[in-house]
Amino acid sequence: MEGNSDERIIEREFGELALNMGPQHPSTHGVFRLQLYLRGETVTKVTPHIGYLHRGVEKLSETLDYDMLPPVFERDDYLSPTANSLAYVLAVERLAGFEVTRRASYLRVLTAELQRVASHLVAIGTFGLDLGGSMGGGATLFLYCFRDRERILDLMETLTGTRFHTNMNQIGGVRYDVYPGFDSEVLSTVKYLVNQVNEYRSILEGNPIFLERTKDVGIVTQELAKEVGASGPVLRATGIPYDLRKNKPYCSYDEFNFEIPIGTIGDVFDRYLVRIKEISESISIVTQVLEGLPEGSINTRKPLKRATLLKPPKGAEAYAAVESPRGELGFFILSDGTSKPYRIKIRSPSFSNIALIPEIIPGHLVADAVAILGSLDPVFGDVDR
Amino acid sequence: MIVINGIIQGAILLGAILGIVAYLTWLERKFSARMQSRVGPYLVGRPHGWLQPIADGLKLISKEDITPSKADSLLFNLAPGWVVVVSLLGFAFLPLTANWVLANLDVGLLYFTAIGSLIVIGIFLAGWSSNNKYALLSSVRSAAQIVAYEIPLLFSLLVPAILSGSLNFMDIIKAQNDLWFIAYPVIGQISFIIFLLAALAESNRMPFDLSEAESELIAGFNIEYSGMKFAYFYLGEYAHLLAVSLLVSILFFGGPLGPILPGGLWIGIKTVLVFLSILWIRWSFLRVRIDQLMMLNWKILTPVSLLNLLLAGLWVTLNF
Repeated sequence: MEGNSDERIIEREFGELALNMGPQHPSTHGVFRLQLYLRGETVTKVTPHIGYLHRGVEKLSETLDYDMLPPVFERDDYLSPTANSLAYVLAVERLAGFEVTRRASYLRVLTAELQRVASHLVAIGTFGLDLGGSMGGGATLFLYCFRDRERILDLMETLTGTRFHTNMNQIGGVRYDVYPGFDSEVLSTVKYLVNQVNEYRSILEGNPIFLERTKDVGIVTQELAKEVGASGPVLRATGIPYDLRKNKPYCSYDEFNFEIPIGTIGDVFDRYLVRIKEISESISIVTQVLEGLPEGSINTRKPLKRATLLKPPKGAEAYAAVESPRGELGFFILSDGTSKPYRIKIRSPSFSNIALIPEIIPGHLVADAVAILGSLDPVFGDVDR
Repeated sequence: MIVINGIIQGAILLGAILGIVAYLTWLERKFSARMQSRVGPYLVGRPHGWLQPIADGLKLISKEDITPSKADSLLFNLAPGWVVVVSLLGFAFLPLTANWVLANLDVGLLYFTAIGSLIVIGIFLAGWSSNNKYALLSSVRSAAQIVAYEIPLLFSLLVPAILSGSLNFMDIIKAQNDLWFIAYPVIGQISFIIFLLAALAESNRMPFDLSEAESELIAGFNIEYSGMKFAYFYLGEYAHLLAVSLLVSILFFGGPLGPILPGGLWIGIKTVLVFLSILWIRWSFLRVRIDQLMMLNWKILTPVSLLNLLLAGLWVTLNF
């Protein structure tokens, strides 16, 4: 492994081992590079390098019409596609002044919460891989979680025809309506998931190795979390009950009854606990949606094939944010009066959350560095965009 | 004549072990697949992919043999061979039925532990000569871990030796005619558990597989190995694991002793059961951290095994 001259100097003068973790590494959750400086096995300094998955989505969006963009943004954070398109369509609706029917709002909440469950299952499963490796108990947890996630993807497929990138949200409403019998399918899946989640909790929280590996590791203080702009489960694990679904409700979230799980000290275990409790809360929201699904149309406008329909006024700007499974996902859109946005800026939660890495990893062992990275649950499509 | 006879018997034993080890990988894949609600190997050889180990072997043989240009090529090529040879040597003195053993040595138990602790040299050589930082970290971990876990391993192995009054495997088996050593109150169980944990650590198995911790060190000491040299490490690991399972069944479960069925079958059944329980542990637990591993060894296993040894001595002296 050829180190650059910088590494050589550090190794020669400080006796530290410079180790490149990534961009091809099994537990960096995508293409991400951590430059670790090790003294023995203890990390003394870490420099994260991002940008390996930069796809220029923000620039690309300036060349496409408003109605063409939701599917593009669904590829952004590839573990929770509907959250991305939801934030985008909310911003455009605010920009152009569209009203959305209550039924459409409810359906948006339904898909968003189902995908939150799926995303958290992926987070917990891959966290198992980070802690236990792909050749042991971690792989078992991973496959259990993915097996259950598959049930949700099946639901999505019956609803929208697509397993994953559902293309559910469109400007002015949603694209697909529920069909008769859908709610009974969802309820049976939900019942199954509740059992499974309880089983995983008993497996993991009764396991001394899991507790040893996660408790008091990678502690994020409230001040630090606020300073880097962390959000989502990472922020809530520190004990700050900040959740956009409660604090700045959108999409009729204020009509549902749910808790915001928070942690106590903000270690890796708290972040896991917040995620797995959020699964139960999301399941409860899903059942509430199905119970109280209002009648009405599912969209207020139909996009035309011609790309000249939606032209927000010149100079109009709007920001809308949603609580994606990773935290506050915001879209800022500036219009120049044409059918294409002049500028789109994405405030992605993963990007802010991984800013914690240089602060919390030093002082831990290499194995903990992987566990901490896994507990932040970054998606590099979301970080690099 | 004795020499030729010995060579023939040794060749048969070696072939049998290599075949068994190949099918242990198949067993592990099927077992782990069942645990994870998968099917496992299925298509290569119906039913249930029984040709999979052979296909794996052919694939690995046909792979390109790569030696990194910056590696120390002599040591790099020596290490896999060392690991395989040393792992297989352990079998020579293990009895396979009540009255057949390739070489009946009076210090069989001592020999086995000595051979077992030589494996670390191969692993360290592999990690050091690869000239890779991940491999280096892994080999240092592995050396620390294996050397440390030798101590409780040896202390727990001494308990059957004390109870039977011999280091010869045949005598140890004979001493269990009335009661298996696992059934001796307290000392038997403690020594069994400690031996199993220490053996897992020594053969780099979950939850102690820190030297090939793929979540941080990718593949550890064998990161630069490909093709057949990689397969040698795999073979060495599984052969060692088989030897450990065999040893557990001999030392604690009476080996070939058992009613009705012939001794060879009994020892086979017991070995497979021990092997499956090792797999069960592997596919259920997460990995411990290096400091927790060392804490477990020095703060718990070593003192407890020492105390257990004392109890075993008292048991024999007071002649219960």
